[in-house]
Amino acid sequence: MTEKLNVFAVRTLTQKEYFAPGHRACQGCAEVLAVRLVAKALGRNVIVSNATGCMEIVSSPLPFTSWRVPWFHVAFENTAAVASGIEAGLKVLMRKGRIPRKKIVSLAMAGDGGTADIGLQALSGALERGHDFIYICTDNEAYMNTGIQRSSSTPFGASTTTSPAGKVQIGQITWKKNMAAIAAAHNIPYVATACPSYPIDLVQKVKKAAEIEGPAYIHILSVCPTGWRSAPELSIKLGRLAAETGVFPLYEVDHGKYRLSIDFPKLKPVKEYIKLQGRFRHLTDDMIEQIEKRIRKEYEELKEKAAKGARDDSNRG
Amino acid sequence: MVKRIGMEVSIAAAEAVKQANVDVISAYPITPQTHIVEHLSELVANGEMDAEFFCVESEHSALSVCVGSEATGARSFTCTSAQGLALMSEITYIASGLRLPIVMIIANRTLSAPLSIWNDHSDAMSIRDCGWIQFFVENGQEVYDHVFISYRLAEDREVLLPVIINMDGFTLSHVIEPFELIEQEKIDQFLPPYQPLYRLHPDRPITMGAFALPAIFAETKKAQEVAIQSSMPKILEVLKAFGDMTGRYYRPIETYKTEDADTLLVTMGSFGETASVAVDKLRDEGRSVGLMKIRLWRPFPFEDLKKVALKAKNLVVIDRAISVGMGGPVASEVKAALYGYDVRPSVYNFVAGISGRDVAPSDFIKMVDKAEIEIEEGNREGYELYGVRE
Ligand SMILES: Cc1ncc(C[n+]2csc(CCOP(=O)(O)OP(=O)(O)O)c2C)c(N)n1
Ligand code: SF4
Ligand SMILES: [Mg+2]
Repeated sequence: MTEKLNVFAVRTLTQKEYFAPGHRACQGCAEVLAVRLVAKALGRNVIVSNATGCMEIVSSPLPFTSWRVPWFHVAFENTAAVASGIEAGLKVLMRKGRIPRKKIVSLAMAGDGGTADIGLQALSGALERGHDFIYICTDNEAYMNTGIQRSSSTPFGASTTTSPAGKVQIGQITWKKNMAAIAAAHNIPYVATACPSYPIDLVQKVKKAAEIEGPAYIHILSVCPTGWRSAPELSIKLGRLAAETGVFPLYEVDHGKYRLSIDFPKLKPVKEYIKLQGRFRHLTDDMIEQIEKRIRKEYEELKEKAAKGARDDSNRG
Repeated sequence: MVKRIGMEVSIAAAEAVKQANVDVISAYPITPQTHIVEHLSELVANGEMDAEFFCVESEHSALSVCVGSEATGARSFTCTSAQGLALMSEITYIASGLRLPIVMIIANRTLSAPLSIWNDHSDAMSIRDCGWIQFFVENGQEVYDHVFISYRLAEDREVLLPVIINMDGFTLSHVIEPFELIEQEKIDQFLPPYQPLYRLHPDRPITMGAFALPAIFAETKKAQEVAIQSSMPKILEVLKAFGDMTGRYYRPIETYKTEDADTLLVTMGSFGETASVAVDKLRDEGRSVGLMKIRLWRPFPFEDLKKVALKAKNLVVIDRAISVGMGGPVASEVKAALYGYDVRPSVYNFVAGISGRDVAPSDFIKMVDKAEIEIEEGNREGYELYGVRE
């Protein structure tokens, strides 16, 4: 039911585009779709700092730009610091009366590599300092811009160009880093996960993040047909399967309280998600089972946290 | 009569940042730069300065925050030394490529390894080509003065480049010197609030930091090169305006007793003051020796340097850093400046005082003696590390 509504409710989104068509992303790129939705959610009063990566490269070949809002690219690992500076600059200029007072969102945007690996320190620093900004990680689970190399956000078992499935190794041998949990551990007011396959949910979360004072972190699973070796027309479906199988649960941590955005009482088998992607082609049923076990366990843990959040609410009520 | 007061140079540097009405400060502590950040945080904490102050988690972020704030049009400041500078070096190139007029003070310190907190210019040389305007100052007053000079210059619409003020760690940063402070009204007149040509703001959306393909990259670099080359007249103009305000006139190349001198010592940074003592002594002995001090390191003041250097027979260039496998970087620039002249002075190069090794006036005298003998014997382009125990 909720699912159907979400599909049709897309029409309620603004028709205005702040991320223009004509960009250079691959066919079926869900990362660029996520960015487009984030831009829609925030409207024109935003300044974007974008880390090096696919989204930067597909949108800004000098002298062209896809951006109809102010947009800034500095480097790969420092987006959170740049967005901190933008927030600070606006704040002090408004305080000193040098620019008119109005709400302008400082939005930082980076891929999983720019967030979970090389940009983690700058992100942690910015979250800890408490800047009023939104950080969005568009997670396509590898360094796609440089040719599908592994990141710490690449899932167990996935074959990438630096974690290839070989004769003795099954591909990525480490488990996906839980970035949302790391962000939440900074005790910031708002953390959420999202996926462009659930556009209304994504847009609502971004809007909420904009309203909240202080740092907000949104981790967006972004299907990348090029890197995942999946059919471009399956990107939306794959995002949905990621949620439905429990591989990528959608939830919020609102002032420390966990809430599942969609709860699936019965999760679909992980295999349904995995079998549509060439990066997992080499996995045996045993391995898939091992993956499923871990995913189920993590999902249960998340549900417990959400249940505790709900209990706390009702106790207070 | 202007009042002079005694103050630690780092404190005076921080006071200058306050008087320059800096909007955003972002830094990370490292010896010998620490006293500047400490004093700035005090000024902000006591409400004596209205700025956003961030003690961030690394130097890489320190400069990245400044890049962000400067792009919104906020006057931004950072400072660092050695390892910190090496860590932020990636962003130094980006700040100049983006034409953001940030000002940074470097309290010069040795780059590891071995780890050493003491002073030399190896940190500054590691980012020599980063596209910032770069000054080396000689004493505390100059540190203070150059903060205002640098912002005025950096923010000039015909310049729009970041500026580095190099001051020797400890020998300047930690000593107490007499200062002539400038009245605030004068500074406000000399340095009005920054009016950016472009700023990140929703009212006028711009894309900054787009990537360039080979078909356009060279043109963007050319634009940057033209900008820094054509900043030279502006530099002279700003230095003149500052002199008119304070009576302290600075030049890209400073000279001391160079008239008719056969041999010139060439220094950069705080060596200048010590070397001048040596020059006085040598002059007293009737020796024909003078001193040329390089204040402006980038853009390199070829013309000014040549005017002075070509009149001499011998140049004794004292570097405070080694380009390992090559020699002293200042000497190599000086030689390049003279290359086109058939009749040109010999250039003898010493690398001295690295990692804080003391260099006294008597050492400068020894270096002049040694150089003159070597050149006499036909070694016209020698290079050696001075004072090393073998
Ligand atoms: C300091 C530094 N190291 C490495 C790179 C090369 N690099 C550019 S983008 C990128 C990967 C980006 O991956 P991710 O952040 O996941 O974004 P995606 O392209 O997948 O969207 C790498 C390794 C760089 N630009 N800077
Ligand atoms: S490589 Fe992947 S993330 Fe990058 S543009 Fe193509 S589909 Fe999108
Ligand atoms: Mg990625």
